[in-house]
Amino acid sequence: MTSGLGEPNLVAITGFFLFIALSLGITYFAARRTRNAEHFYAAGRSVTALQNGLALAGDYMSAASFLGIAGLVALSGFDGLIYSIGFLVGWPIVMFLIAEPLRNIGRYTFSDVVAFRLRQVPVRVSAAVGSLAVVAFYLIAQMVGAGKLIQLLFGLQYELAVIIVGTVMLAYVLFGGMIATTWVQIVKAVLLLSGAFLLAAFTLARFGYSPLALFQEAADQYGAGVLGPGGLVSDPIEAFSLGLALMLGTAGLPHILMRFYTVPDARTARASVSYATAFIGIFYLLTFILGFGAMVIVGQDSIRGVDAGGNMAALLLADAVGGPGFMGFISAVAFATILAVVAGLTLAGAAALSHDLWVHVIRSGVASEKEQLRVARTSSALLGVVAIVLGIAFEGQNVAYMVGLAFAIAASANFPALLLSIYWRNFTTRAAQASMLTGTAASLLLIYLSPAIQVDILGNAAAIFPLRNPGIVSIPLAFLVAVVVAVLWPEPAAAKGFSELERRMHLGAAESSQTTQV
Amino acid sequence: MSSSDNLRRLNVARWRVAGGLTIAMMALYFCFIGLVAFNKPLLAMLLRPGLSLGMLVGVLVIVAAWVLIWVYVRWANLHYDASVAALRGRL
Repeated sequence: MTSGLGEPNLVAITGFFLFIALSLGITYFAARRTRNAEHFYAAGRSVTALQNGLALAGDYMSAASFLGIAGLVALSGFDGLIYSIGFLVGWPIVMFLIAEPLRNIGRYTFSDVVAFRLRQVPVRVSAAVGSLAVVAFYLIAQMVGAGKLIQLLFGLQYELAVIIVGTVMLAYVLFGGMIATTWVQIVKAVLLLSGAFLLAAFTLARFGYSPLALFQEAADQYGAGVLGPGGLVSDPIEAFSLGLALMLGTAGLPHILMRFYTVPDARTARASVSYATAFIGIFYLLTFILGFGAMVIVGQDSIRGVDAGGNMAALLLADAVGGPGFMGFISAVAFATILAVVAGLTLAGAAALSHDLWVHVIRSGVASEKEQLRVARTSSALLGVVAIVLGIAFEGQNVAYMVGLAFAIAASANFPALLLSIYWRNFTTRAAQASMLTGTAASLLLIYLSPAIQVDILGNAAAIFPLRNPGIVSIPLAFLVAVVVAVLWPEPAAAKGFSELERRMHLGAAESSQTTQV
Repeated sequence: MSSSDNLRRLNVARWRVAGGLTIAMMALYFCFIGLVAFNKPLLAMLLRPGLSLGMLVGVLVIVAAWVLIWVYVRWANLHYDASVAALRGRL
């Protein structure tokens, strides 16, 4: 089969530049409105429910969802769908346990909530460490996806492609902050949903618009095994480990949690999660069709030939069903997707470095708006450089798998401490610190010892830790450490502050301060 | 009744609904993962040409997530918001 990959594609290039021009325009407009830290981190808290729902969906449907899952389904059938489903079921958890309390208790980052009744400095340092680890792994996945995309479309070297992508992405965050990022997410979410929908429609057109006929064709070509669970998660413990990480990871992703501060109140936060879950669910149902479509129409060998991780399956499918022009459009959408997610991630990382570390730890809570913005922008730039370097090192990994690792870190480092700080009266500073640091260290160490690093990247014969996703060990460990430390070293002051936290969780900040005046 | 009693009742009510729905979602999802882990042949069973039980269950898990969220939003809009408003009015 011939494809236009590796040669400059006119529609793709035009699409890229259109999107870049559009988003730079948004950034310019937003930069003029970004006057203080509340604008930079929380878009002035003026985002509506539908806007935030789309932006949440935009932040969440990363390269992993579009390129990675389509690739996994194309290469391993049903097993790839475990990611689609796991990524979605994290949203009800966010809705029931996290979104509204988070909005009512905090200001810019989830560490505001954890630190609410605990001692600020130790909590914020540990939370920043965990957030940065999550952001770094998430960024790597986006860089790998974007690098491959640019490499294939423009025929550039992979390393050069990653550097270019990283630089363009930084420009948005540096100048626009949360207002620009929110709008870039909204534009991207609409583009991605319509792009995926069109691609699925073109694919299904070949099968009389019957998804079952498509799946049947896949079973005929590759055996009925592709429609059932198979080799990707062969080990039962591996299945639980991945499942646990995917479900609980969403509630610990700093860039997602940060979005709840852009809306005016808890009720809007609630409505925005409903919109987000609807959009994201529809999108993941489409990945069923895109993945199997690529498997049948493009063929597994061609997909593997272009990228070992399968990351280009959706683009090859677009080329096959719609020609180079349509592939150009889908590539531009994929690029926009990555661009937007990286912007959101970099912003969350910058918030951890500047709001949590610089302002609260180094400056003890006192820093001018100008200084905060400067530190936030410097941290964004630093993160961008780190992402570029790591993106080059992880070439050839499936990006959905990489994001699965970021979810495992988030579920181990951030989620236990966040949950316990909201719902457990006897939670303590030491326990939060111990849980976040243990969760981060354990998940990072186990990833390092896993087959993905030891066998795939370092080329060793075997890995010390057998699981590819560390969730089943690192998440319970973080909870256990939190409970043990809190029981052994109680903190009466923290327990005392719990009543105020409960009041604020339901009534919000403004009402709460009114009551203290009364 | 004092406002702190009302707050406590509101807290218990929210925790009951949110906790119950969380357990429901986790139970459904981990049944699915449990089947993936321990009963692959069952999920691979074809219900009709092109449709395995696993894919149907997968779609149903996504639909269940929507339904549970709808239940929560309905409860929160009808009952929780009213209680919060009443409590604010009293403070």
